[in-house]
Amino acid sequence: MSAEALASGTKPEDPTIKTLTMNFGPQHPAAHGVLRMVMEMDGEVVERLDPHIGLLHRGTEKLIEYKTYLQAIPYFDRLDYVAPMCQEHAFVLGAEKLLGVEVPLRAQYIRVLFAEISRLLNHLLNVPAYALDVGAMTPMLWAFEEREKLMEFYEAVCGARLHAAYYRVGGVHQDMPAGLADRIGEWVDQAPKFMTDMETLLVDNRIFKQRSVDIGIISPEDALAWGCTGPVLRGSGIPWDLRKAQPYDVYERMDFDIPIGKNGDCYSRFLVRVEEMKQSLKIVKQCLEEMPGGPVMATEGKIGPPKRGEMKRSMESLIHHFKLYTEGFHVPEGETYTAVEAPKGEFGVYLVSDGGNRPYRCKIRAPGFAHLQAMDHVCKGHMLADSVAVLGAMDIVFGEIDR
Amino acid sequence: MDEKIEALQELGEHLSARLADDVISWEIKNGELILVVVTLSVAKAGKLLRDDANCQFKQCVDVCGVDYPDRDPRFEIVYNLLSLKHNLRIRMKVLTDEDTPVPSVAGVWPTANWFEREVWDLYGVYFTDHPDMRRILTDYGFEGHPLRKDFPLTGHVEVRYDDELRRVVYEPVKLVQDFRSFDFTSPWEGMTPTLPGDEKATDGAGEPA
Repeated sequence: MSAEALASGTKPEDPTIKTLTMNFGPQHPAAHGVLRMVMEMDGEVVERLDPHIGLLHRGTEKLIEYKTYLQAIPYFDRLDYVAPMCQEHAFVLGAEKLLGVEVPLRAQYIRVLFAEISRLLNHLLNVPAYALDVGAMTPMLWAFEEREKLMEFYEAVCGARLHAAYYRVGGVHQDMPAGLADRIGEWVDQAPKFMTDMETLLVDNRIFKQRSVDIGIISPEDALAWGCTGPVLRGSGIPWDLRKAQPYDVYERMDFDIPIGKNGDCYSRFLVRVEEMKQSLKIVKQCLEEMPGGPVMATEGKIGPPKRGEMKRSMESLIHHFKLYTEGFHVPEGETYTAVEAPKGEFGVYLVSDGGNRPYRCKIRAPGFAHLQAMDHVCKGHMLADSVAVLGAMDIVFGEIDR
Repeated sequence: MDEKIEALQELGEHLSARLADDVISWEIKNGELILVVVTLSVAKAGKLLRDDANCQFKQCVDVCGVDYPDRDPRFEIVYNLLSLKHNLRIRMKVLTDEDTPVPSVAGVWPTANWFEREVWDLYGVYFTDHPDMRRILTDYGFEGHPLRKDFPLTGHVEVRYDDELRRVVYEPVKLVQDFRSFDFTSPWEGMTPTLPGDEKATDGAGEPA
């Protein structure tokens, strides 16, 4: 150490110990994507943690400003690619609010149904991925099989396993194919067995509990101040769920409970997610039972395309179809912040329209952004290996954080 | 729904009374309360919004910028706040331009820290009293503020891996053809639900366009 550094008082108390600055990532299997964290370590204890994000920044918000409302939808699939439809949901709800469109009841049910399937997709990845982070391999392999079945439902309605672009302003793109409801129903009936199996592997597992109980405790006050939402907020014991508090589509007709954690540690967050999966199954079942017949796309206001048959006969329909897929529809001037309860937390879209066919501004509020920001606060004083557990329990996906 | 509007109306009146010198205007649009605040008193207003018994906006959900190149103070900084206690949302706005810094609210809501860094990164609006004003989303050493309306969609530099130099190199963007921005907007009326000059439309749903 140089003489100046010694004189300026920056040296540690004991000159034989110095803090170590360490780079975590950007390519690290436990970083859940491309995350670089600069960690200041005192031995094995984290003193300061500075996440560097933006390695997956694609300029989604800028691109959306140059696209019509319809063309903007696929970008939302690519944000949180683990649960794509929930992001679309926020965007279409925002655009519908500005347009003042009434969505047909069947479309609302289908949306809620697939939002819950997305939630299952997300938790089925996050819960075992978190387990993998702390050393359990098997749940990951099991859960991927179930995820694959759910993705087949995605494929059945929209043709794509991941990037769906299924929700549209005014409804959904197509009705569910015949027999899909029965297949989803069958899956829901056999799913609890799988979940019990996964729980027996993890919930009382000694090693799993040693790695997660009392790790990364977030107090309710801190959770609010740091902008935590979703399972992280509920894990800290705050019963807040947008599906109940500010219901959208047909969530107010659904009968489900909101699980909350007691301790605000990683284990609580894990338990909240496990319980949420069961509640999602309940909602899926209700949707299938109550779903009415009818159209799946709003017919007023020329938001949706005309029927194929009409296009063959009517000139007006043909023009409408052409104009809709080139120019798109115009959204009245205005602005709105619309949020949905995505599996990771509150996913919001702040949409500003200038009356044209493209969004003037579309700010995407990703839950993981706020959660990752709290990492420094939560990890301080923890061991290096715990920071991986905290990261896993926060459910970080870089698609939505970097946008 | 009406109860919510009433609650927002009450809240707006309450706030304009409590912050008489700081609130420029407030209105309820699309069922959402929008409060425009004097730029310098944003932290003061934030503190009141967080702590006042009638507000309790404990969560700062989002901070973002919007660029209106034609307006005089060019940027709007938008704070979306959420009160869990009253189940209400509010949108607080301040106006600023390239040179005028905005007081940071990171001291009121710690979560605003990264959101303000993002606004600085993408719009170039500076925040005073911010604990850690660095770029966040763009590349190390990036120049310009990409979400400004005058920043081109293609950007200014592109990167590629150079086999000879064995590293990633930055070069000015070269486009094989000019960037095509398709503008399908109809010069006449566009795809609006009601046609202009369609007098019968008044009988049906609402105002004519």
